Amino acid sequence: MAFGQGRSGGGGGGGRGGRGGDKKTGDKAQGQRRTLFRRRKVCKFCADKIDDINYKDVKLIGPFVPERGKILPRRISGTCAAHQRKLQTAIKRARQLALIPYVTD
Amino acid sequence: MSDRQYELVYILPPDTTEAQVTELHEQLEAVVSRMHGQIEKTENWGRRRLAYEIAHQKEGVYVLELINGSGELMKELDRRLRVMDQVIRHLVVRVDHEKRVVERTRSKRQSNTERRRVKRGLPPQRQPGEGRPAGEVEEPEDDRFDGVEV
Repeated sequence: MAFGQGRSGGGGGGGRGGRGGDKKTGDKAQGQRRTLFRRRKVCKFCADKIDDINYKDVKLIGPFVPERGKILPRRISGTCAAHQRKLQTAIKRARQLALIPYVTD
Repeated sequence: MSDRQYELVYILPPDTTEAQVTELHEQLEAVVSRMHGQIEKTENWGRRRLAYEIAHQKEGVYVLELINGSGELMKELDRRLRVMDQVIRHLVVRVDHEKRVVERTRSKRQSNTERRRVKRGLPPQRQPGEGRPAGEVEEPEDDRFDGVEV
């Protein structure tokens, strides 16, 4: 939350000279934040050495399908490309069998 | 090429009785054996909640069959299942290829670890009490997805 605000504030301040000082302090705080709270993303399947991403394993796939029912993008989950591809087919198969929703509103 | 393996999952309405399930299973088995296939394994998952409504049902009885057979056989099964009224959903997936790939990566990893361990002057297998304890709690899932909205 705090990170998102800092970023948008910095973008708006870039155009105006008056808020330059303000922005700098904001950036500094943000930099600290980042080192404190940003965790390096690791592909879950590489880290846990899961070779088989199976459509029947809802417990495994579940966390990659958030509330809305969409597939969690790689940039957020940190999954590597090869595993994201496998995950994608697994999720799509699980959807056909109503193990995972297509959409939920 | 004939040693293909398929997974067949089908969903029946929640009010299906045990007897009806076995009857359907026997029907399928007859088709499979007629076309020179065999059912390797049958798993009844029982009643499960459906993630969305299918045929006005909120629950379903899931049955999984592991079938060795040809593509023609699966085509025939697929056609039959589509016609049957009591089957509300089914899915056929070919699994032999993927199983082999998984097996290969697993054995490769195993042999690589052993090779590296031997190189470091260790016995090829992990000894008890070595490394992190097995029961160690993993980091919670949320840490990996740093709370960004989709």
